[in-house]
Amino acid sequence: MIHQMHRRDFLKLAGIGGAVFVSGATLRAGQMQQDMGAFYFVQISDTHWGFTGPAINPDSQGTLKKAIAAVNSLEQRPDFVVFTGDLTQTTDDPAVRRTRMAEFRDIVSHLNVKTVRFMPGEHDASLDRGDAYQEFFGDMHYTFDHKGVHFIVLDNVSDPTASVGEAQLDWLHADLKQISSDARIVVLTHRPLFDLAPAWDWATRDGDAVIDTLLQHENVTVLYGHIHQEHHHMTGHIAHHAAKSLMWALPEPGSVPRKVQIPWDATSPYKGLGFRNVKADTAQARYKLEELSLGSIR
Amino acid sequence: MTRNLIALHATLLVVFAGAGLHQFAIQSWARETPNNEKTIRISASTFEFKPSEITLKKDVPVVFELTSQDRRHGFSLPDFHIRADVQPGNAEKLRFVPRKVGTFTVLCDVFCGDQHEEMTGTIRVVD
Repeated sequence: MIHQMHRRDFLKLAGIGGAVFVSGATLRAGQMQQDMGAFYFVQISDTHWGFTGPAINPDSQGTLKKAIAAVNSLEQRPDFVVFTGDLTQTTDDPAVRRTRMAEFRDIVSHLNVKTVRFMPGEHDASLDRGDAYQEFFGDMHYTFDHKGVHFIVLDNVSDPTASVGEAQLDWLHADLKQISSDARIVVLTHRPLFDLAPAWDWATRDGDAVIDTLLQHENVTVLYGHIHQEHHHMTGHIAHHAAKSLMWALPEPGSVPRKVQIPWDATSPYKGLGFRNVKADTAQARYKLEELSLGSIR
Repeated sequence: MTRNLIALHATLLVVFAGAGLHQFAIQSWARETPNNEKTIRISASTFEFKPSEITLKKDVPVVFELTSQDRRHGFSLPDFHIRADVQPGNAEKLRFVPRKVGTFTVLCDVFCGDQHEEMTGTIRVVD
């Protein structure tokens, strides 16, 4: 049961200036005032379904299912679950890619929530520019509104050069023009939009253009994956928060000469693997991130 | 581990303006490269560069001649803000003047498959 999990790293975002903050500003006129109540959702990232490597994760067939069981046992059901990319492990074989996506979709269909959101990672979409992904999961960039928050899903992976691209930037500009400068915005994407570690391919080539656009708005937070660890960073007033993976952990950026997968630790199974709850605290007008470790689930 | 110590004896006329050159500019310069600049041929294939380790002398310009043996790759030196696409059937020339000493990572920055993240190399720049 999830209440038996060791809940750690309960991060009060306002303390690092990264809060998202929900109080009562005007969003899209007439559309988003309906429900400003508290809510929470779950972010799961980098599930890499189809990966095999006993030295890295001997339970590669089990971690996703374990996480889904954990979400289903949460005492309070989340409003939605979002997967921030690398749903599947990449493959050159288009048939295998589709098999993995079908298996992934079947497994996550057991989530006991009304709404599940997806976006691609480079493992899902870079080798075929998202053809297979779109067959199974639909659009690669889109928006949705939830209880006063405007969510923007950005695709920075289907172009194999890790670019958002001019067309999507135009689309982003057009979307942001429709909402007020103090609207609460959460951007969901796969790669970091800032240059976290370019030598490790932890960047988005035209991420600066995205950030420059987002900086015109006062309340923006970015949730992403890709780097297989919890990480927090500010660009101006925008907070960026990376989530853990469910398949393997990676070292802290720049901490070792070469980026390599962290081997499985038999003395501490599932170490570094997990997901997060994102809680909107309306009374305090801030979000809280609650990092949940897969190793603590019984 | 392969080591290629490259002796360079080039005189050079053009000064790079620093970081952030656009690929167009790089390609244009490459076409104007004087004959006495050293050319270093680098082959890209899934999932490696050959050679994977190169030693250069600080401030001595070279031209990387980049070819792909299989699919589209990238050749990126983030510490110097230069990169190029590497396509099969086309030798891409990338002029480079190492302006600082150290050990720097080269990586493929065009996603190319399941071991893409292991497609890296090293450039050492010495005095």
